[in-house]
Amino acid sequence: MNMNLTLKIWRQKNASDKGKMVDYKVSDISPDMSFLEMLDVLNEQLVNKDESPVAFDHDCREGICGMCSLYINGEAHGPDRGITTCQLHMRMFKDGDTITIEPFRATAFPVIKDLIVDRSSFDRIQHAGGFISVNTSGNTIDANAIPVNKEDADTAFEAATCIGCGACVATCKNSSAMLFVGAKVSQFALLPQGQVEATDRVLNMVKQMDDEGFGNCTNTGACEIECPKGISLENIARMNSEYLKASLKG
Amino acid sequence: MSGILNSSIGRKFAMALSAFFLMFFLLQHFAINILSVFSPDTFNEASHFMGTFWPVQYILQPILIFGVIFHFVMGFILELKNRSARKVSYAKNNGAANSSWMSRNMIWSGLAILAFVGLHFYDFWFPEINTKFIDGDWSGLHNGEFRYFEELQHKFHSHVRTILYVIAFIFLALHLLHGFNSAFQSVGANNKYTKGLNGFGKAYAILIPLGFIFIAVYHHLNHVLS
Amino acid sequence: MALDSKIPKGPIADKWTNYKNHIDLVNPANKRNIDVIVVGTGLAGGSAAATLAELGYNVKAFCFQDSPRRAHSIAAQGGINAAKNYQGDGDSTYRLFYDTVKGGDYRSREANVYRLAEVSANIIDQCVAQGVPFAREYGGLLDNRSFGGVLVSRTFYAAGQTGQQLLLGAYSAMNRQIGRGKIKMYNRHEMLDVVIVDGKARGIITRNLITGEIERHSAHAVVLGTGGYGNVFFLSTNAMGSNVTAAWKAHKRGAYFANPCYTQIHPTCIPVSGDHQSKLTLMSESLRNDGRIWVPKHMKDVEAIKAGTLKPKDLAEDDRDYYLERRYPAFGNLVPRDVASRAAKERCDAGYGVNATGEAVFLDFASAIQRYGKEQAHVKGLDENDAALVKSLGQDVVKNKYGNLFQMYEKIVDQDPYNTPMMIYPAVHYTMGGVWVDYNLMTTVPGLYCIGEANFSDHGANRLGASALMQGLADGYFVLPYTIGDYLSNDIRTGPISTETKEFEAAEKEVREKLDFFVTNEGKHSVDYFHKRLGKIMWNKVGMSRNVKGLTEAISEIKELREQFWKDVKVPGTNEEYNEELAKAGRVADFLELGELFAKDALNREESCGGHFREDSVELDGEQKGEALRDDENFAYVAAWEYKGEPSDAILHKEELEFKDIELKQRSYK
Repeated sequence: MNMNLTLKIWRQKNASDKGKMVDYKVSDISPDMSFLEMLDVLNEQLVNKDESPVAFDHDCREGICGMCSLYINGEAHGPDRGITTCQLHMRMFKDGDTITIEPFRATAFPVIKDLIVDRSSFDRIQHAGGFISVNTSGNTIDANAIPVNKEDADTAFEAATCIGCGACVATCKNSSAMLFVGAKVSQFALLPQGQVEATDRVLNMVKQMDDEGFGNCTNTGACEIECPKGISLENIARMNSEYLKASLKG
Repeated sequence: MSGILNSSIGRKFAMALSAFFLMFFLLQHFAINILSVFSPDTFNEASHFMGTFWPVQYILQPILIFGVIFHFVMGFILELKNRSARKVSYAKNNGAANSSWMSRNMIWSGLAILAFVGLHFYDFWFPEINTKFIDGDWSGLHNGEFRYFEELQHKFHSHVRTILYVIAFIFLALHLLHGFNSAFQSVGANNKYTKGLNGFGKAYAILIPLGFIFIAVYHHLNHVLS
Repeated sequence: MALDSKIPKGPIADKWTNYKNHIDLVNPANKRNIDVIVVGTGLAGGSAAATLAELGYNVKAFCFQDSPRRAHSIAAQGGINAAKNYQGDGDSTYRLFYDTVKGGDYRSREANVYRLAEVSANIIDQCVAQGVPFAREYGGLLDNRSFGGVLVSRTFYAAGQTGQQLLLGAYSAMNRQIGRGKIKMYNRHEMLDVVIVDGKARGIITRNLITGEIERHSAHAVVLGTGGYGNVFFLSTNAMGSNVTAAWKAHKRGAYFANPCYTQIHPTCIPVSGDHQSKLTLMSESLRNDGRIWVPKHMKDVEAIKAGTLKPKDLAEDDRDYYLERRYPAFGNLVPRDVASRAAKERCDAGYGVNATGEAVFLDFASAIQRYGKEQAHVKGLDENDAALVKSLGQDVVKNKYGNLFQMYEKIVDQDPYNTPMMIYPAVHYTMGGVWVDYNLMTTVPGLYCIGEANFSDHGANRLGASALMQGLADGYFVLPYTIGDYLSNDIRTGPISTETKEFEAAEKEVREKLDFFVTNEGKHSVDYFHKRLGKIMWNKVGMSRNVKGLTEAISEIKELREQFWKDVKVPGTNEEYNEELAKAGRVADFLELGELFAKDALNREESCGGHFREDSVELDGEQKGEALRDDENFAYVAAWEYKGEPSDAILHKEELEFKDIELKQRSYK
């Protein structure tokens, strides 16, 4: 059964505009549509009426690139679990619903336009230490020369599944980026290759995170629930202990 | 090590350490108070010991006061910083979908406890300090008998005070329900070995405040019924 | 201009080593005076940018996404091939080379493919050193799986998201260089032209997607790693932003475009559900390791399933047609992608499609669940005859292997693939064609390089699974850094390239004029309106199966659509703001030209090879009856097209393909 919906959408012309919520109506929305396809319908309508379409970030539309965001009805990536907005389907809503759509909000994620925010603070945290300093010459040791305990390898992989979408920050009442940073620190902390630079990495990444203006973690656990990839809070705990170890050493 | 308190994780860690200290203190405080229910004499002796033994008075007491102040001040600093990390708030936010009420309202339960600490100091600590340090009376006696149990009972004659205490302990429970495990998470103890702590933390958070409520209500009823 | 592929002399196994020993090098001090532009930050562009910066060049990297980590390489699921032979199952550099050439239906360049196979093992070493968390066995060593079209297990993987993990590896290598200041990163920038000065690529014109600012960037060489053009079909598994614009602008500035008609239609995608659909979702080829593909044998069962009166899992084994196992007993469900896709289309065209649109077949895990469940029950010493237990144990194994894919399917289709077979249908996935490059990965424009999916290079007419990641990283980490040095060694005395020249001015002016046209044109239809119509023409007439009539019609229909687009397209807003409609308009304008050349190339190639299937070129009898028929005598060449204005005026240049180390044979997977 197709649906008619009311959308309350944050409109903001550019970074310096004040912005406001604006109401729109869309009709004949199929439950098989993805949420972004529903917004495509709205935008097609707006373009045909010579109005400015709603700007939102999106790219792969299969839940892996981390480009899409949106705070839908008070939750990052909407009401469903374990998915990004592009994987949210309209069958989660009912005919006649009003849906509130806002950008991810955090001082460290300034709005660029409408629902698009600037997440380059995440990139800068990675520049500060999100790597292993190995030359890309290919002249390294054989890949199987260092066996890695399967459990550690799997845990490192789980941490590495973070897609950097920023839902953790958007959800956190403190706009903390610790789940994101914790995941990256954990991935390397769990692998033998990452040990050499472990001290500097965690100190530098946390410093950059603080400088970007993210809030502090108060362990509400909301990030873990809203994370489309289910990144565990254990990663924050691991970062905390890595950081304390590093501080004592450094 | 330098500057660790300027970092987000350092502050978290400090919050957790002061919390551990306060939770340990709470346990000790409870252990002595519950004696008042079973044996007024033992309660009196224990109180007198704590009130006059010099390491407790001159070392532990200042540390405790510092711990309380530190925990509160740091809590406020963090709250203010965290608020500034989101200058424009959401028009619609469904916090209940992903986190507990307790975890989102630590500042309010904390403030309620702070208010209670004020009352509690007014009730017990200031008179105690007055007796010992202003009047110079370290005997612990009143009319030839230990005064501690009497004073305790006397305080719980009032309905209002008893109700205020009960409410404060409920806030304490709410604070601890999040705070206990949060402290462990902050110091990096969240892994497969620490899963058991979760249940223990919940039990602690409910039983200790419940125990304090029991003590307050017990003494109040003792008075009302007698 | 005659095409010179610059393949080094000597035996195939020594070519690359000899080449590296004899090229000119740039000394470290001089590298500091040389700038290189890299457009695109996927596996190819990202790894190239990182490596070039590490070598000491000043790199400027560009991507249209908000972060280099989001390039569409991230969506690759299954894995990456490498001739490590860790499994001891007979793999070798030669065998990977052979499989790739054969899989590509003998339409790739031998020397390039051999080099690819040769450096493949290094990629794995490199990635592990960078901290890429590949799947491991309990002993702590790397695990492998098997992919379509080969008989060994040489695919390394990280669950169902190998692409993301490899891209994050390249991204981390970039981060290190960005932190050092050796890479200057330009996010949310789109390249809109290449600037040629004195016959050499010396810079690009970009648009800042946030502010609309048009910028000039100069360098001593320009590298394009801008991906494939599958979105010419509108619906594909590509990301929404994937486009041909960078490659097409290069083409217009003199780079030949090779084999545009070679498109890979991936057999296992989630079927189209309606007109609202904006993109298609791939289900990894790795699923064919365990899933069995079938349709009902009898039409009455097809109808019952469509009507909902028969559940697919209730259909008896004997009434199912496992058509891949039937037609290709040797490779079964693991035939190459082009073969699997055509077989699905053949069944659906014959009316056996199992969903409402008639365009879906089943991919069934029931027998894998049974097999794994029994195995687990045996290992754990439990009752192997307890059906419920076996099913639950089996489901756990399958969940472990493909959990994220199953979840993805369930979210989209709203059906539980653990209990009912998945429905799948082929969809456009990868383009083997692209900008023509020589052995050095240089295009026909000196100083302009093209790497990864954007070039035509290594996959011939069909790419094997798990080879795209291999090629992207091989080009970026291990090939381009050598070959570009040979070219740049002539530039050590050039000094900085000025952007204040008439060439830059002219290119910028052209870009501005086009943008101004879009925002002032008083048209009636949105960009998507034209893109969807182009996609329909491409899918129906230049899709999985092609014939002269359809291709001829497509050419004139696309031309007509293009003319209408330039008259009637409507773009709201201005240039001086974030304007996605404007960005899309430029991309679709290029697709509308490419689409015609694509059809023209398909019409020219009167043979069936790999992903290009011509209905007039099939085996007429014998064991291979109905299979694709190649024409090596007349078409063993790369079709490289030179731009001359309209696509219809494009001039064909042929690079004859020589096969010295592999015998040309009819591909048989029977």
